[in-house]
Amino acid sequence: MDFLTWGRNPWGQRILTHISWDLFWAALFAGLMFLVAHASYMILSSNRKRAKAETDALEAANKDLPPLITRHTFMARMFHWVMAFSMFALLLTAFLPIVGIRFAWVQWHWMAGLLLTASIIYHIIHAAFFMDFWSIWIGPKDIPEFRHEMAAELAGSGDGPKTGKYPLGNRLYHLALVVVGLSVSISGMLMMSRVRQPIFQRNPYIMADTTWGFTYVLHGACGVALVGLVIAHVYFALRPEKFWITKSMIFGTITRRQYLEHHDPRRWNVRSGAAGR
Amino acid sequence: MAVIRDMMPVFELFQPASIDEALNLLDAHRGDVWVLGGGMDSFDWLKDRTKRVSTVVDLSQVGELRGIKEANGGLEIGATTTLTEVVHHPVVREKFRILAEAAEMVASPQIRNQATLGGNVSQDTRCWYYRSGWSCYRAGGNICYADTPTAINREHAILQQDRCVAVSPSDTAPALIALDAEFVIRSTGGERVVKAEEYFLGPQIDITHMTVLRPGELLTAIRIPATWANAQFYWEKVRDRNVWDFPLVNVASAMKLSGTTISDVRIAVGAVAARPLRLTAVEAATKGKPRTEETASAAGELAIQGATPLRYNAYKIPLMRNLVKRAIRGNAQATT
Repeated sequence: MDFLTWGRNPWGQRILTHISWDLFWAALFAGLMFLVAHASYMILSSNRKRAKAETDALEAANKDLPPLITRHTFMARMFHWVMAFSMFALLLTAFLPIVGIRFAWVQWHWMAGLLLTASIIYHIIHAAFFMDFWSIWIGPKDIPEFRHEMAAELAGSGDGPKTGKYPLGNRLYHLALVVVGLSVSISGMLMMSRVRQPIFQRNPYIMADTTWGFTYVLHGACGVALVGLVIAHVYFALRPEKFWITKSMIFGTITRRQYLEHHDPRRWNVRSGAAGR
Repeated sequence: MAVIRDMMPVFELFQPASIDEALNLLDAHRGDVWVLGGGMDSFDWLKDRTKRVSTVVDLSQVGELRGIKEANGGLEIGATTTLTEVVHHPVVREKFRILAEAAEMVASPQIRNQATLGGNVSQDTRCWYYRSGWSCYRAGGNICYADTPTAINREHAILQQDRCVAVSPSDTAPALIALDAEFVIRSTGGERVVKAEEYFLGPQIDITHMTVLRPGELLTAIRIPATWANAQFYWEKVRDRNVWDFPLVNVASAMKLSGTTISDVRIAVGAVAARPLRLTAVEAATKGKPRTEETASAAGELAIQGATPLRYNAYKIPLMRNLVKRAIRGNAQATT
């Protein structure tokens, strides 16, 4: 299996051209194997929900909370689904031709790329000024939760700190997506200068051959990484024990019981006013 | 970078005696096999070491692939039938003259004696950046050297430019599109038949291939239906050197008249895009119209809608416009 493809420019120099598409098959295989492995493991895994009696007691003590708690605002959900739509469009237009399905993919690809970039810019502004910006990031404060996650998975221990608004896995996924999404978006915008499009002047010489090679490799590597990430995301979204989170991304709310069952009210305080954003 | 050597590289040569044998060989060596028809395109690639394969399947011994048969008032032409045979075949000359004219304009007599009809329609582009062995889009790279601010692109595309701006060099392809021909493609998995205009691919669909042929597939025959037999034909090719050259632009039309009214028409142009283009908008606009100077002028203007010149090929736009105009008007002698 090759990782990179090389070519030769008119000056006889060996240049990077892009990643080997073997990596696409590797990412697809790895993603599917992860699903099988995780699904098998989950049969034996412990459940991190609070015990029923504990949740009952919490619910009795928190009668003042509304029965439905906003987890995602309308605009946050809009961003998520627009991004999801553009991501699927990008992956399909990028990889269907590689698996042998021929169609005119380039213009659909860059249009979906523009939509993704616009949605990312919107999300950065929205998250920075209108949401609880730090709730999605990971840091030293998450070490106890991480330690507990590991203990729960490896030793079956059910006790320990509950999650804030976003579970740790969710935040790690977001971090990966920030790195990969920004890389694929920025490299894709640069690559648009090599195709004919009405947005800006085409100029294939804005960078040297070597720089272009790295740009194409970065774009391709992020693309195949997204294959695995999207497979994992869809898988977790459809898992029965996570489906309440998926529903909240559709309808915007979770029930009071789900809130108390899965979250630590001190780490995600819905009474503070910032919680539902 | 291409290395010019006047000797063939080492490869394993197979000379099957039947189509089935050839297909089995293509299947067995899938992905690393070169199909050799007349060799007129192949030898450059192989001698220059721009294309490197370990296996070559030479079709010259497959009798089933050669010859012209009459079928249902039309013709079935084997893929390895030489262009000279096409040019001199009496039925081609009598009923489908446009194909004989197009085939006669290909290269030189010596080349036409060796070159095949299947090879002429399936040949690769002549873009010299690509054929020099550089890593352009068509060669699997990430740039088109012919579409840069300093590129020499006098012979390149004015339509359907999508990263790659190479053009289809075939002379017979527009004529076959005008005749509504069908291409018979076989593999070990069976047979499929595609319309002539659907046999060719633009870079927007597949930037590294010019035809729909997939690994393991072989073009075995070209069928010309009786539909356009003895229609009013027009063929014209403009090239730099009249004795022997690839087209700058070529045009082919087949027309049926009812009095002076165009009752039906098919028209195709070559060398303006990566695939020969059937001009369906022109056909629709001229059907039912009188065959006049005005109709022809309007057709010419319509044909170049959307054409975008590169640095050195703006001349192709008026050239294409005038060729289409003449193909519809049809009252001038075909010239080269």
